[in-house]
Amino acid sequence: MEHYPQLIPLIILIPSIGAFINFFWGAKLSERGVSIVATTASSLAFLVAVLLYAYLSGSGYQAAVVNPPLLNGWIRLPGVEIPWQLRVDTLSVTMMLVVTGVGSLIHLYSAGYMHGDERFSRYFAYLNMFLAFMLVLVVGNNLLMMFVGWEGVGLCSFLLIGFWFDRANGIGWRNSNAAKKAMILNRIGDFGVLMAIFLTFWTFHTLDFYKPGEVAVVNAGETTQTLADKSGAASTTEGGSTVTLNPETGEIVNTDNTQVATNQLGIFGQAQRMIAANATVQLGPFNWSISTIITLITLFMLLGAAGKSAQIPLFVWLPDAMAGPTPVSALMHAATMVTAGVYLMVRSNVFFANAPLTSLVVTLIGTGTALVAGYIALGQWDIKRVLAYSTVSQLGFMVAAVGVGAYSAAIFHLVTHAFFKALLFLGSGSVIHGMEHGHHEAAHHGAHDEHGHDAHEEPFDPQDMRNMGGLRHKMPITYWTYVFGTLALAGIFPFAGFWSKDEILASSWLRGLFGDSNNIGGFIALAGLLAAAALTAFYMWRQVVTVFHGDPRTEAADHATESSAVMTIPLIVLAFFSLFVGFINTPNFILFKSIFGEDRFTEWLSQSVLNAHVVEFQPLLALIALGVAVTAMILAGRIYGHNKAVVNHDRDPLELQPETAPLWAFANARMYWDATYYRLFENPFNVASKFLADTLDWAFWHDWFHNMVLARGFNAIATFLGKPVDLGLIDGAVNGVGSLARAISGRLRRVQTGYVRTYAVTILLGVVVVIIVLLLPMLNGNG
Amino acid sequence: MQVSTESYVMLSMVLFSLGVMGVLLKRNAILVFMSVELMLNAANLALAAFARHWGQEGGHLFVFFVITVAAAEVAVGLALIVAIFRSKKSINIDELHQMEG
Repeated sequence: MEHYPQLIPLIILIPSIGAFINFFWGAKLSERGVSIVATTASSLAFLVAVLLYAYLSGSGYQAAVVNPPLLNGWIRLPGVEIPWQLRVDTLSVTMMLVVTGVGSLIHLYSAGYMHGDERFSRYFAYLNMFLAFMLVLVVGNNLLMMFVGWEGVGLCSFLLIGFWFDRANGIGWRNSNAAKKAMILNRIGDFGVLMAIFLTFWTFHTLDFYKPGEVAVVNAGETTQTLADKSGAASTTEGGSTVTLNPETGEIVNTDNTQVATNQLGIFGQAQRMIAANATVQLGPFNWSISTIITLITLFMLLGAAGKSAQIPLFVWLPDAMAGPTPVSALMHAATMVTAGVYLMVRSNVFFANAPLTSLVVTLIGTGTALVAGYIALGQWDIKRVLAYSTVSQLGFMVAAVGVGAYSAAIFHLVTHAFFKALLFLGSGSVIHGMEHGHHEAAHHGAHDEHGHDAHEEPFDPQDMRNMGGLRHKMPITYWTYVFGTLALAGIFPFAGFWSKDEILASSWLRGLFGDSNNIGGFIALAGLLAAAALTAFYMWRQVVTVFHGDPRTEAADHATESSAVMTIPLIVLAFFSLFVGFINTPNFILFKSIFGEDRFTEWLSQSVLNAHVVEFQPLLALIALGVAVTAMILAGRIYGHNKAVVNHDRDPLELQPETAPLWAFANARMYWDATYYRLFENPFNVASKFLADTLDWAFWHDWFHNMVLARGFNAIATFLGKPVDLGLIDGAVNGVGSLARAISGRLRRVQTGYVRTYAVTILLGVVVVIIVLLLPMLNGNG
Repeated sequence: MQVSTESYVMLSMVLFSLGVMGVLLKRNAILVFMSVELMLNAANLALAAFARHWGQEGGHLFVFFVITVAAAEVAVGLALIVAIFRSKKSINIDELHQMEG
């Protein structure tokens, strides 16, 4: 058991191998083979996560830092030491369980959903790669490793959102634009993360969360012993203070971090000491206090989290991201990708807890996002778009929880949300699948869409809720699981969402009343999140009624059939968890304490999250939240019941009421958020790029500059070199030599007369000359 | 009676000049050839005279070489003249100027 942490490299390796196999040999495997490889890989990763969970539970929550074999260090420069270390603690194991558990179910579901796709194996390769990168993100023991995973999931989301980039009728363009949108908005967030990493490194000279041997959570109390693992990395915490053993001698070296030098600590340990000492940091010409630096770091982290976790102002990519295949939406909205921002903030809870200004900003952004997205979801007709906005809204809940200091509530909501949001997305995928099947069937029967008597035949949209209705009887399993997911999301007792949402609300309330800072944020969060919870319940019940209740509104809905077992089994499993997963953190309330224990999840998480603490249950608040949610659902049921407006007018009932029509139209237009971005950024950018491309690049650079300056100058030089220099000078010289030789030889050949006599005379004269030359000195000597 | 060396040299010069003039002025190849022989023998005469004058045998030795070489030359030269005659039907050297440049 104590060697289980050494398994942790496998959790990254196995999905990577799965991706590798499917990427290179997937084309040769059958669909069955591909899906078996991929699903096995993710299930094995889940198994590793379970083993790590068993290790943590069995060893008193000993956090372990593992240096993977064969990977001795990572970045080693003078003064820079960034190891490739994997961290096993309660937070990372929680994330691993969610990512691999929900991920495996989505893999299984995808095998049915993607049946017959021409790029089946590539899809599964991407899916495994997605898991692998998300796991790198959550197991890394330093910010840079986390950033590797962060960028990796960004890449995979791009690939998967734009997976159907070649669909006909311009849908492919829409898909690839959605992928680009996700990429670009995430890039803005990535800038924030990078700046946070740079600042952190400048301040602490390391990026490690906690060094091996360091104690993450130091509490006074009982003492437990820990064992050093092979690498000498040993640190443990159990319900209290911690001891680290010297790996050679086995002696106890320290019971907490007091004897460790500050520069031997990770970023969080150093930050705590520097805050206690009120240290200052030299930053170029500035000399800032540590709390200013931490506020800056956390604000940059918030920007990163706003990108990945889809918060205001960067959330607009997530609703568009449903352009990808539906299981991808489920994976992205539930288990991977969007949880990364929340994970980053909870991992950095030491920073956030010490930055009151950031906490307020985080609270405002989270609450605002929850409200805005919840409101927009009211006016959407696309089944997946409603869910996408609901994800944004729920992420707002988590971020607001971080803002009010409820780190464990944020992760708790992340976990429960992963289950019911995956369930809802997979359920909507099942509905879309059934609708497509029904549409196909209806077309086969030669029957035309009764409501589609427009002059031009519109392409059938299987995701439009106006085309649905009455699917309750056609798809009973999908219906019931979907209702479970809806109740969980709406926060109805005793479903999972009730417990996690209530913990966030209670934390906000207590923060407002008793917190030592950010009290105003607590009240704002409480009020905003209650309203958002009402909106959530309303739009979810609206969706259930429009999709499943009443009578079928199209032929396609009439012919829809239940999906195959490979798709419904994950739905049933997830529905089960949507009901029961909330019980992992039941508060001290009536019977639940004796059955499920009290705040077990918070206790578990507080072993690695310093600022996680148990929140006292607020029965009154829970009752109010429940009442608000139930009221909203009843209201939705009354407004949308029997779908009269939708059947008769193809309109939303709120749209038909003069009082609510503008409100609904505003929600339907997505609050003009995308349109404003288009006006403010996209259009100016397009204009600027058009100017740069057409005018500057093409007209000025290519036409004018190339023609007038380059081509003309080149021609002039070439003409000069060609005519006077080459033809005149060089050719003249060569020809001149030639004609000169010709002229001279023309003269000289006359010498050769051919008469013997001439030669004889020549020789004679030559002899005479020679004799004279020989005799001349003699004559001179005599003379 | 002792003939002086000067007389021999003078005779040699006269003979050589005659030979030179013969080579330069005659048109008949045979006569040109004979003039060449005359020049050779004028040279031989000078060599013999100087050998006698100095009392050394080197000049005599050289004369023998010259006679030998002249004999070989005659053989080659006459053969050439015969060949030229065969093709040209003439040995007038003024007609032999194919080597004109």
